[in-house]
Amino acid sequence: MYEQIAANKRRTVLIIAAFVLLVVAVVEAINYLTGGGIIGLVIAGVIALVGSVGAYYNSDKVALAMSRAHPADPREYARYHNIVEGLCIASGLPKPRLYIVDDPAPNAFATGRNPQHAAVAVTTGLLEKMNRVELEGVLAHELSHIRNYDILVSTITVTLVGVVALLSDFFLRFMFWGGRRDRNDSNDSGPLGAILAILGIVLLVLAPLVARLMQLALSRRRESLADASGVTMTRYPPGLISALKKLQEDSSVVHTASKATAHLWIEEPLETEPSKPGARINRLFSTHPPLEERIKALESM
Amino acid sequence: MIAVIIIVAIVVLLILIFVVQYNGLVRLRNRIDNAWSQIDVQLQRRHDLVPNLVETVKGYAAHEKDTFERVVQARNQAVSAQGAEAQAQAENVLTGALRQLFAVAEAYPDLKANQNFLELQEQLTSTEDRVAYARQFYNDSVVKYNNKIQSIPSNILAGMFNFHEREYFEVEEDARTVPRVQF
Repeated sequence: MYEQIAANKRRTVLIIAAFVLLVVAVVEAINYLTGGGIIGLVIAGVIALVGSVGAYYNSDKVALAMSRAHPADPREYARYHNIVEGLCIASGLPKPRLYIVDDPAPNAFATGRNPQHAAVAVTTGLLEKMNRVELEGVLAHELSHIRNYDILVSTITVTLVGVVALLSDFFLRFMFWGGRRDRNDSNDSGPLGAILAILGIVLLVLAPLVARLMQLALSRRRESLADASGVTMTRYPPGLISALKKLQEDSSVVHTASKATAHLWIEEPLETEPSKPGARINRLFSTHPPLEERIKALESM
Repeated sequence: MIAVIIIVAIVVLLILIFVVQYNGLVRLRNRIDNAWSQIDVQLQRRHDLVPNLVETVKGYAAHEKDTFERVVQARNQAVSAQGAEAQAQAENVLTGALRQLFAVAEAYPDLKANQNFLELQEQLTSTEDRVAYARQFYNDSVVKYNNKIQSIPSNILAGMFNFHEREYFEVEEDARTVPRVQF
């Protein structure tokens, strides 16, 4: 189990490193094609920085508001509160703020930039359909996201994806509107230069897509990691396994979930049934590993 | 000149390593103490809940006197138990007595529907979970602390400043095999 967690962390580091390489490649491509457009880079950098600082401090509020979560009353939802308190003792985390989402589809998510500013939200459907041990498994998974600083990681990746997209977009527009005239004057580097230029443009067009796919791969890694470290909290894999099996049987989707918040939930909140429209795209761009794989991984612990 | 700079840099580095390692040891030792007192806090909470539970059940199942007496006795013994081992044993007896009480309660539909009883049942279940989790956290903290005391370079500091290995909290074999109760 511990080896699995370590392997997962290593892969996360690799993916982030690949991200940084991608950003560097994009910047290099722009530099090559424009001959050094420093001002554009600075503007893009500042926008990215402001955006990421804002995201870092407000990620929890935005996520909670977007899914229409309201605070869970400690008396009405005593079991929910009690289980979280127990798990916090087991993991040494401070107790996060607890929220309820009024939705019959069973699901849950965690948010917050660090354990001191964290929140967990569950749907009313989850509380109804899960028994105590299953709920404990799900909540341990969510607390693991908090303990592993997954929100911070995803904020960083969202920012990197944003930077890549912004830079590519900025440059392609620049090429199209203003760059062409300058090119004609200085384009004397022969066929090699032309090939490199085309390669650069191809890279810029593909970069945002690649960045997005890497972000998703990272998200899937973090989910597996949270499964594994959630189980080290409860020391009881059958709880989470049977919860995931229940989620598998249940095909409803969360109404307030969107592509923007999909990576937060414990289960893919969007439509992935093969027969439904849009399912294929959702699966390809899934933020979560398939439930069968997660159950298999847990059973092998 | 360069030699002096290098020597100063090495000394500063060594001091930094020393400070970080020493603070790490202190932090882990304090965490163990905190984890241990957390167990006591949760046990205390459990002891406080028992009289309420007995009173509530009495109202519905007055003639199950034996069961009540056993619970009350086990609770009082748990409260007055001294030393970790005796305490753990007394707690196990209390757990058994409570389980019996809840088994008895199954025969009284009115009691099972009572809001107060349901709340107490939830509180007791979660408190038992918390005791287990607090012990787990204690043991996890001991693992980390002992690892640090045994590994290089912190083992040198541990030897110099009297950081001793701690013992794990261990449960008797029969307590370990008790299945989790679901309500």
